[in-house]
Amino acid sequence: MNSENNNGIPGQEEQKPGTELTGQPAETTEVNTSKFVFSNESLKKQMRPSEFFAEKIITGVAFLSIAVIILIFLFVFRETLPIFSGKAAKKTELSTAKQETYGEAAAESSSGKQEVYGATDDTVVTTESQAGDSLPSYSGNESVTADQVTLKSLAGKTWMPVSENPRYGLLPLIIGTLKITLISILFAAPLAILAALFSAAFAPRWMREIIKPAIELLAGFPSVVIGFFALMVMATFFQHLFGYETRLNAFVGGVAMALAAIPIIFTVTEDVMTAVPSTYKEASLALGASKWQTAFFVTLPAAAPGIFAAVLLGIGRIFGETMIVLMATGNAAMMSLNPFESVRTLSATIGAEMAEVVFGDTHYNVLFLIGTLLFVFTFALNAIAEFYVKGKLMTRLQGKTS
Amino acid sequence: MKKVQKITGGIMMGTTALSVIIIIAIIIIMLVVIIIGGKDQLSWKFLTSFPEEGMTKGGIFPAIFGTALMVLIMSVAAVPLGAITAIYLTEYAKDRSWIAISVRFAVRTLAMVPSIIFGLFGLGFFIKFVGGGMDQAFFGGHLTWAQPNILWASLTMALLTLPVVIVSVEESIRTVPRELREASLALGATKWQTIRKIVLPGSRSGILTGTILAVSRGAGEVAPILFTGAAYYLATLPRGLSDQFMSLGYHVYIMSTQSVNVDQTLPIQFATTLVLLMLTFSLNLVAVIIRSRLRKSH
Repeated sequence: MNSENNNGIPGQEEQKPGTELTGQPAETTEVNTSKFVFSNESLKKQMRPSEFFAEKIITGVAFLSIAVIILIFLFVFRETLPIFSGKAAKKTELSTAKQETYGEAAAESSSGKQEVYGATDDTVVTTESQAGDSLPSYSGNESVTADQVTLKSLAGKTWMPVSENPRYGLLPLIIGTLKITLISILFAAPLAILAALFSAAFAPRWMREIIKPAIELLAGFPSVVIGFFALMVMATFFQHLFGYETRLNAFVGGVAMALAAIPIIFTVTEDVMTAVPSTYKEASLALGASKWQTAFFVTLPAAAPGIFAAVLLGIGRIFGETMIVLMATGNAAMMSLNPFESVRTLSATIGAEMAEVVFGDTHYNVLFLIGTLLFVFTFALNAIAEFYVKGKLMTRLQGKTS
Repeated sequence: MKKVQKITGGIMMGTTALSVIIIIAIIIIMLVVIIIGGKDQLSWKFLTSFPEEGMTKGGIFPAIFGTALMVLIMSVAAVPLGAITAIYLTEYAKDRSWIAISVRFAVRTLAMVPSIIFGLFGLGFFIKFVGGGMDQAFFGGHLTWAQPNILWASLTMALLTLPVVIVSVEESIRTVPRELREASLALGATKWQTIRKIVLPGSRSGILTGTILAVSRGAGEVAPILFTGAAYYLATLPRGLSDQFMSLGYHVYIMSTQSVNVDQTLPIQFATTLVLLMLTFSLNLVAVIIRSRLRKSH
């Protein structure tokens, strides 16, 4: 506390150095007065700026993580803006054309033509397609028509961004993502929760100290390694086992993603279960319940909000995972609910197509729009897990015991 | 009645034990399959030579070098920033203040953000905004920094690994006994002096663990560098910060999905995966050991 007080008033040290000091520092001054009378003041003058700057710098750096979150949203969202306003599209196209001085002009114009063909072929709005028909003057109206078509087609059922007639229907991608998420959470959640229950309630101490780090090591597997394993080994194995047609499909991807989600769900669930007050368990055991009854009917319900949060975090992980789906799901955007067909998820679409896209193109903007969707969704999931569930858990575990 | 209960209890307990066994069995199977698939190809020559004949033969030295360099630049950026944030959270921030809560929330969100979003951010912010601005200002619009390179990839990865460092350093700072801090303050040391001389040395192992975990995470992630700096094939090693680089994880990805002859290069793919896995695995193991020792000693 003392050092903080000194920090707050940097200009007043010369007037009342003795009276300001209280407590321990005052005692040290008294000891030192026999040697140097001025030591106290000079010491303070040297220390204050560095203290002040240290605190300010540290606080500033700490704000960096908040700033990064905001920046991520701003910059990912900024690249999607052209979809919503034709003017912005023109602007970015111009600026990118300026930045990339060599060789891009031809590519830009050809992609522009493609968009115009898209507008005419779609025959959505006849007047605008007429404007698109007059090819030579596509500088002004062209981007507007293309973008309006884009907005309409975002809710469409086909994702065909690279074609004569590009369509950016997000529906198959969203269905694919949900399908994969459902499959993998169906595998991951029961396995991880039951394993956590075993580790927290049944396992002896020595066993627990093996299980926990072992499963946490799974979290250290790079997702590209899990993806590679799924692609090379699991896909073939499951195909032999079930005998379906497409080797790479939603099921393989879902099971592989479960491997990525299990460590998160396990760790969080285990932590919550060990945090359940031992008085609960003792009371249950004292009433004559057996060990497994206590585990299933006392520990598990008491930890329920935490387990819910764990599953949410797992879903967030699966939702945003890119490399595994990119490698193991076949990446075909289809409108189907069959788990044994190829799917394409939102994240995999970004990963697969961003490298080949023209900067400032509508396709490029749509990919950033998908990124914004992903970001907003994981942000919301995290916020729910953080505030709602944790608050509930706190009141349940602490409110009742105290 | 009692017998029935005992049997159900046994079944219930058995299911929980079974799920542990399934998870651990999957881990072991994965390890064994990748080790068996890759061990024949793995040799000193494989690790130290360049890819040959359109990457169908030869080694993976540039990928190892690129990964190491990227991870190094990443640590230089992420570790100080992460450690300072952790110091703020433990030493300066008041526990219930809205600033501390929002910083904590931001850190957790940062840990949750999908890695591909970091890639998009790297493209939109570092390459187009910062790099584009630098080119306009210093190079007269000549394309130098506004393109994927190792610096932008490393910085993107640094943001991704920031929460790893923060969490680990924070955890270890909390294990520094309060009495030590109070003793230091009572002797007349200022807050910053106390942090520098007492808190930081006490949390050295935490900073080390955080760095190791961040390196392991950064070496394995592919999505953030997909379009911020990783290259399919390079004949030379990166010579400067504005060069692209090859990375182990990206190498595995393109070799297994986009190379011309996937079956022919299968041993190389397995061996590359094995190298990547050994790297991240051993780093994680070291971190786990340090951490468990730390927990035991307090």
